[in-house]
Amino acid sequence: MTGITPFALGAAGLVGLGLYGMLAQSSVLRKVIAFNLLGVGVFLVFGVVARRGAAAGLPADPVPQAMVITGLVVAFAATALALVLTLRLHQTTGAVTLAEDAPAETPPAKPATDAA
Amino acid sequence: MSLFGAACVLAGAFFFIAGTVGLLRFGDTLSRVHALTKADNLGLGLIVLGLLPFAGSLAEAIKLLLIWALVLLGGTTAAQLVASAVRRDQDPPQ
Amino acid sequence: MTAWLLDLPLALGLFGAGAATLAARSLFGAVLGFISTGLIATLVWVRLEAPDVALTEAVIGAAATSVIILYVASRIGAGPVPPAPPAIALRLLAAILSALVAGLLAFAIFSLPAPAPSLAGAVLEMIGPTGLGNPVTAVLMAHRALDTLLESAVLVFAVFVIWSMAPERRWGRAPGPAFVAEPHGPLAFLARVLPPIGIVIGIYIAWVGADAPGGKFQGGAVLAAMWVLPWIAGLTAPPRISDMRLRLAIAAGPLVFLIVGLAGFALAGGFLAYPPGLAKSLILLIETAMTLSVAAALACMIAGPPERRAQP
Repeated sequence: MTGITPFALGAAGLVGLGLYGMLAQSSVLRKVIAFNLLGVGVFLVFGVVARRGAAAGLPADPVPQAMVITGLVVAFAATALALVLTLRLHQTTGAVTLAEDAPAETPPAKPATDAA
Repeated sequence: MSLFGAACVLAGAFFFIAGTVGLLRFGDTLSRVHALTKADNLGLGLIVLGLLPFAGSLAEAIKLLLIWALVLLGGTTAAQLVASAVRRDQDPPQ
Repeated sequence: MTAWLLDLPLALGLFGAGAATLAARSLFGAVLGFISTGLIATLVWVRLEAPDVALTEAVIGAAATSVIILYVASRIGAGPVPPAPPAIALRLLAAILSALVAGLLAFAIFSLPAPAPSLAGAVLEMIGPTGLGNPVTAVLMAHRALDTLLESAVLVFAVFVIWSMAPERRWGRAPGPAFVAEPHGPLAFLARVLPPIGIVIGIYIAWVGADAPGGKFQGGAVLAAMWVLPWIAGLTAPPRISDMRLRLAIAAGPLVFLIVGLAGFALAGGFLAYPPGLAKSLILLIETAMTLSVAAALACMIAGPPERRAQP
């Protein structure tokens, strides 16, 4: 148990940081970054559990590790989707937040794609 | 032999620390990039050199050297790009 | 003893990098903090005896994610007025909530039963017929092959949804803005020298995953990166999304996986069941198609929705 204590604490700490970032930061891009921090923390929790499950000559339990690999790829897909949505949000409304009373956002005269 | 390896790794670590000190202490972006790139490439080279006696086979040793060569390639490209970006910001094109 | 000497600074560095990411004043600083967190997490994965995951975290978790965040951030910019942070009361509440969640999570981890239950024995018991030497790959391709099949379908859906974000009149064109090529610049040099080496390394990582740390996701991501590099250097244009070869490349992996799975009904009595003796060959067939698909899908996700006007 002592072998992985620092990583367990670090992972739990990252989960807390990511959660705070998603709640307390207003820019969507910063929220996306915080979401990924949360993901890194959660996956590391899996890694700690896998390490504890060392048995049968293997240094770690391979099942949680395989789940983390799947999770990393799916989290990347989700992040890519969130970012494309943010880009479209900015192109159509000029906003970088989801707040209803965003300060003085002026939408661009034409969507940015027309200027390309 | 392992003493030589340990000495090289320690020297490499020292160069990494020196590069980070340069990053923190130099005032200008260009000199920071310069110090960091040179010190880190040299530090990595020394670390790789120190790990070569511990490599299990010739293939592993070649892979270690390939790692250093690729990091060298990527690191210098990044340094050049940062420098040209700094230059572009300082003298905006007319 | 050495564990504490190495692990404690690593864990502290991990938390510190995460905190620096949140506290960064500029978006660019936050992305840099995120890259640092990802790289330290890669080292933590190595210390947790999970080299396959370390590879995936380094290439997909840290590098690819940061690339797409930076790409979108550079196109959005900071905005005319930086968004106002939420009220102090909300932030205090969020901080208390997050600390509570983190504390409970740590408590839950330390309350796990010891000795820990493990599936390692069960995995090794049935690994013989698959002919694989890497237990993580065996879990991905044999024991939990259904998860991997669904994951490959998720990638296809993600590409599809990203493409559907295009304005109606741009559908079918090539994604992304045209990058200006500086034909003798450092980036063009890197984009000429690195891809041949990178492609070999990517294929190697995908191939060696059967018996050593590696696999199709890690290898496919390296291959995708080797396509992205000439693209941002302006040396090559992305294919139009209506290109049939691109669509075939993305669909090939899940399609092969599905066909093998359905063939399992006839050959071995169940969905995704491998007939004895053919297991290794079928797994290699699926992995080859999947490496191509993962590379194409990841590259398309990085490139984004089609935006270009038709080039003259």
